[in-house]
Amino acid sequence: MLALENYLVLSAILFSIGTIGVLTRRNAIVIFMCVEMMLNAVNLTLVAFSRYLGNIDGQVFVFFIMTVAAAEAAVGLALMIAFYKNRESIDVEDINVMKL
Amino acid sequence: MESIFFFVVAAVAVICSLLVITCKNPINSALSLVMTFFCLATFYVMLDAPFMAVTQVIVYAGAIMVLIIFVIMLLNVKAETVKPNTHAVLAGSAIGIFSMFLTVWFLLKGSLTGATGSMSPQSIAKTGHIEIIGKALFTDFLLPFEVTSILLLVAIIGAVILAKKRI
Amino acid sequence: MFDLVWLIPLCPLIGSVINGLFGKKIKNETVIGGIAAGSVLCSFFVACGILMQLLSLPGEERHFEKTIFTWIQSGQFKADIGFLIDPLSCVMLMVVTGVGFLIHLYSIGYMHGEEGFYRYFCYLNLFTFSMLCLVSGNNLLLMFVGWEGVGLCSYLLIGYYFHKKSAGDAGKKAFVMNRVGDFGFLLGLFTMFWYLGGQHNVWTINFRELASHAELMPVGGVTTIICLCFFLGATGKSAQIPLYTWLPDAMEGPTPVSALIHAATMVTAGVYMIGRMNFMFIKSPTALLVVACVGAATALFAATIGTAQNDIKRVLAYSTVSQLGYMFLAMGVGAFGAGIFHLMTHAFFKACLFLGSGSVIHAMHHALHHEHSDADPQDMRNMGGLKAKMPITFATFLIATLAIAGVPGLAGFFSKDEILWQAFSNPHHGEMNIILWGFGACAAFLTAFYMFRLVFMTFFGETRLSEKAFHHLHESPWVITLPLVVLACLSIVGGYVGIPKVIGETLGGIPNMWEHYLEPVFAYSTEYMKHAGAHGEAHSVAMEWGLMGVSVIIAFAGIGLAAALYIVKPTIPAAFTNAFPALHRAVYNKWYMDEIYDFAFVNPCKALGNFLWKGFDVVVVDGCVNGVAAVVKGFSGMLRYVQTGLVHNYAFSMTLGVVVIVAAYLFS
Repeated sequence: MLALENYLVLSAILFSIGTIGVLTRRNAIVIFMCVEMMLNAVNLTLVAFSRYLGNIDGQVFVFFIMTVAAAEAAVGLALMIAFYKNRESIDVEDINVMKL
Repeated sequence: MESIFFFVVAAVAVICSLLVITCKNPINSALSLVMTFFCLATFYVMLDAPFMAVTQVIVYAGAIMVLIIFVIMLLNVKAETVKPNTHAVLAGSAIGIFSMFLTVWFLLKGSLTGATGSMSPQSIAKTGHIEIIGKALFTDFLLPFEVTSILLLVAIIGAVILAKKRI
Repeated sequence: MFDLVWLIPLCPLIGSVINGLFGKKIKNETVIGGIAAGSVLCSFFVACGILMQLLSLPGEERHFEKTIFTWIQSGQFKADIGFLIDPLSCVMLMVVTGVGFLIHLYSIGYMHGEEGFYRYFCYLNLFTFSMLCLVSGNNLLLMFVGWEGVGLCSYLLIGYYFHKKSAGDAGKKAFVMNRVGDFGFLLGLFTMFWYLGGQHNVWTINFRELASHAELMPVGGVTTIICLCFFLGATGKSAQIPLYTWLPDAMEGPTPVSALIHAATMVTAGVYMIGRMNFMFIKSPTALLVVACVGAATALFAATIGTAQNDIKRVLAYSTVSQLGYMFLAMGVGAFGAGIFHLMTHAFFKACLFLGSGSVIHAMHHALHHEHSDADPQDMRNMGGLKAKMPITFATFLIATLAIAGVPGLAGFFSKDEILWQAFSNPHHGEMNIILWGFGACAAFLTAFYMFRLVFMTFFGETRLSEKAFHHLHESPWVITLPLVVLACLSIVGGYVGIPKVIGETLGGIPNMWEHYLEPVFAYSTEYMKHAGAHGEAHSVAMEWGLMGVSVIIAFAGIGLAAALYIVKPTIPAAFTNAFPALHRAVYNKWYMDEIYDFAFVNPCKALGNFLWKGFDVVVVDGCVNGVAAVVKGFSGMLRYVQTGLVHNYAFSMTLGVVVIVAAYLFS
């Protein structure tokens, strides 16, 4: 069996790539996808730990995270549609009503 | 054999995730993300969690990604034409890479406690993965499970309200 | 029946709430008026029942306290919402609910068609509620709540025609002057609580407990201070010198309001309060002397002004001030029973007079309205000869006038004569007695004079209205005349409960029921006076008869003078005015008291206020506040560049923060 570190390092790489995506991209949908990717990286860690520690709880957590992600997808995408209706754009640079 | 397979799939996952954040066209990003999800599903199988793999494919690659692609098409999002802000890219990458090194360093430094539970490949093979998850879900995690259903209901209502013509 | 005492204030409160909240929706005047008058009638019935039960008890047991709940409890201090029934509060309850009901009834007719009909009845009921709290509360704080409540309602009702500037000003004036008095009331309350609690460890504001601890108060000293503070409160509420000028201005309100609040009930609150606190006042001869002197001076002073006023309601207002002076005179000479007696009889005939004047004004208003004349319907110079057109109003008005003038056989005679006799014979003030009596007697003469001047100018002689307008004059409807008749009857018979001893003995041993009835309330004072040995030289029965004869002569002299001047030779007043123009001007302008007050108090306060506004508030206070704001603005001007408003930057700083925290955690 592979060492646990392999999965964990892979998960860290995926998480960091997701972070970079969130911080650099301007398209809200892409940012959203990057967030999903970060969630998946965490899921991978949880499943790996669950397997290596012989405890099912980690996988139940993954189950819940997936549910939350689904809810997030529904609400987030609805938000994007609402925003697009108002601004004709989903560029986060246009989300600037807080700007002076 | 297993490690070769792992590294191949891991390479695919990393490349696809890099494509997600570099593609100009959101559709390409989305398709790359689907690929990453499939790779993760593969890892779940390797980790003796077939139910999680199936759920991953159905929920993520099936439901969520379809939704995302549907929205992309609905809004007719074009490929980005403006160049991304160089400062933001540099700073974001620096942060991301720094956090990655942080994590890796932590992993190398840390060690497992060694505490192990009752679950093993043998028990999974004997009782079945779904049954084990189901037992945990409907006994120890019953309350969070029910709360999750409320969360989903709220999300449905929220999505409907937000997407309505007039808020 | 005693247990139902809480119903008495509650009924008007309910009426007020209903009319205040739903009156605008109800619209129907009969329903609104019915609710208001009916609620007071309910209270009246309960009060009657309580009086009956009270009378059935032997004298020393005639008191009952009903505590509803504890209102405030803080350390040693405890104030209840509770009601005290004793002969004194019972009299007040009867007067307030009885006269109050008649005036509510009258108002239905008088206010007919007015805008804000429901508002009027809401305030009027609220007033009744407050007044009932005032007179039936079992502690000083609840009394003060009522005291403030009646002040508020008085303000609201004086300013009822708020679109008229003079009415609004009058309301404000009344409110501010009352505040000055209330300040005194509160100081008195605080001082008493502090003294009794601090020196004797008696922490109470309950009347009966205070009365039972009355011997703890020293003679003079702090008692004088407390009594003078309370008396300041009384002068504000009861329109005595120096705080009386608001009452004549209060006539801007609707006439029934003047009758109820500014004649029959609210303004007597000060008298009631002194009666309630008699055990305190009796301990301070100085305070009593001040009360007596202020009362006597007010009685005479206001009477002089009343002789030259032409507005029918203003004459009555000064008359009220003057009669209140009598009551305080009685209180000041220790004749508390006589003061309360005059309070009651005065409520009857003064309410009758005000309502009668209201009836006249009502008729005049309609007559002048028909003619599209903008002459003042309240000015007596426009009236004359009304007795032919308004027989009921005239008859009742005449009876009440005879009563106030002190004609024998009517209510005013008994009470006023009792006060004058007590002023003359009381053992408190030594040499001052004769002066006090002289002031009272002069005021009695002037009262008879100006009241009959009013009657003669209004009802007798040739009319000064145009023929067409005079033709349109007519008697008021029954809702207006019925209360007049009832009050006129009371003005006749009201005095017979307190027949003076000398007359009673002559007529075959009729006792003075009134004094006997009120005895338990003033028992302490009576005892104290006996012990203090303050016996003046015994006055003979002949002396009392003689003085009574003098007052009768005085009354008839005043009436005769009025008849001579205004019926027999109507030219004399004008000639007199021409002969002494300065005197007439001074009296007509109320001795320039308002101007003096403006000069002495109002304008300096205004100047001080202006200075504090422009000099202190704008420069110092606003300067500090604006300075702080400017500093904050400067800093935030620098810091605002951090807040770019771009989502990316926020996400970036958030992630950076997480990373730094995790790093710190890992490397620590």
